[in-house]
Amino acid sequence: MQFLIDNFSLLWDAFLTTLGLSALAGLLAIVLGTLLAAARVGPIPPLRGLATFYVEVFRNTPLTVVFFFLIFGLPQIDIILGFYTGAVLSLGLYTAAFVCEAVRSGINSVAAGQAEASRAIGLTFGQSLREVVLPQAFRTVVPPLGNVIIAMVKNSSIAAGFAISELSSLLPRLVNADAGQLTAILLGVVIGYMLITLPLAFVVHRVERRVAILR
Amino acid sequence: MRTTRYAASLAAAGLMLAACGGSEAGNQAEDAAENTAEVQEDVQFDAGTTMAELNEAGAMTVGTKFDQPGFGLLNPNTQAPEGFDVEIAKIIAAELGIEEDAIEWVETVSANREPFIQNGQVDIVAATYTINDTRKTLVDFAGPYYEAGQDIMVAEGNPEGIEGPDDLAGKNVCSVEGSTPAQNIRDNYPETTLTLFDVYSKCADALSAGQVQAVTTDNVILLGLVAGSDGAFELVGNAFTEEPYGIGLALGDTEFRNFINDVLEESYENGSWAEAWDRTAGAISGLEAPEPPAVDRY
Repeated sequence: MQFLIDNFSLLWDAFLTTLGLSALAGLLAIVLGTLLAAARVGPIPPLRGLATFYVEVFRNTPLTVVFFFLIFGLPQIDIILGFYTGAVLSLGLYTAAFVCEAVRSGINSVAAGQAEASRAIGLTFGQSLREVVLPQAFRTVVPPLGNVIIAMVKNSSIAAGFAISELSSLLPRLVNADAGQLTAILLGVVIGYMLITLPLAFVVHRVERRVAILR
Repeated sequence: MRTTRYAASLAAAGLMLAACGGSEAGNQAEDAAENTAEVQEDVQFDAGTTMAELNEAGAMTVGTKFDQPGFGLLNPNTQAPEGFDVEIAKIIAAELGIEEDAIEWVETVSANREPFIQNGQVDIVAATYTINDTRKTLVDFAGPYYEAGQDIMVAEGNPEGIEGPDDLAGKNVCSVEGSTPAQNIRDNYPETTLTLFDVYSKCADALSAGQVQAVTTDNVILLGLVAGSDGAFELVGNAFTEEPYGIGLALGDTEFRNFINDVLEESYENGSWAEAWDRTAGAISGLEAPEPPAVDRY
């Protein structure tokens, strides 16, 4: 325990890095994922094809490979991202594919009659999506979306292998400092992740109850 | 219809497995042909010692690196590691009367060497393992059997003019998180920006992409990277620390430690140490076998 207190500032910095990385990547994933879902259910075939292609590529590629591509692949064609930018993009672009599928499942759960009715009263496709379908879709989507984001927080540990000093990168560093403290170090790192994921799970649960609709 | 398709794919998978098995056996035969150290047939050890136990079992488990050219690098064809550390472990096994094929190789990385020894998951660790005082409180060390030093690797022609660690100030320097060289830079050269990956091969990628200006770690590791770079990298060649590599074993097993120390000293004298160097790290780096370091019976 003393060991953890001695290294508290390291743990705190790493915790903030994980938190920041997760927040930015999560924002990117939710915005991009929702746009992708809209494109996948939309009436424009090229957009639909493009979004489907995106989802299949990112969903079926291991996250480590996405990181490798952005950090070491792009420099081959002279695009050099900073390591932090690279990490946010890798994590966000990858998670967006899963957000898209969660949101799309929500959209599909809204009865077709709702969309048809809104078109019948003269709303455009965008309006009907924005005003009628998506608000209902997001309600159904809260629990699976929460899962995707919680998984993303833990996936951010991949960034440790790509020059980001986040929580799990402390494992090898502190073990090298004192291998006798292995259990305390593991505990410290796990607590760091839980400080993010447990409140997140709590919020998801509250939102789920708040917006629940009876059908 | 569907059932037939499943059956067909299962059969195909079975065929592939059978084919793999065949080639593996072939590789083992090749290995035996180039067996390195001569296995001692009749050796006697005092009952109750680790040596007697291992000799009785006729097998041992050795932790080594799988990603370090010249010291411990996994050969994907044979699924066995190759390198100087591996050869030293084979010499020790041979003196215990254990066949090379009976050694089980376990990958150890910098962060799991102590736990593996403490939990008895490996009998010894030979993995570019620097002897230091913190580690001595957790495990025992035989050796050292090699003396490395922290050095710097730069792009060909040394465009940044880096001659030593003091020139790293303000530069972006790559190493591996949880390694002693990285900590040394943090503690003693705080002006340096560190970029830390989990393996050294990524440092090589980052150096060729220009994302970092230098890579720092033990010189022997860098030599392996330089050798594999087709002239894209070069070693500064100005080692600024001493990293004595030892064989890690369970804390307090003094008899086993003395035994390994004896084996190491014998290998210095009968030339098998130099031979092991020439065939592995020496062949990669083009360096002649150095003078072996004196064994430290602390």
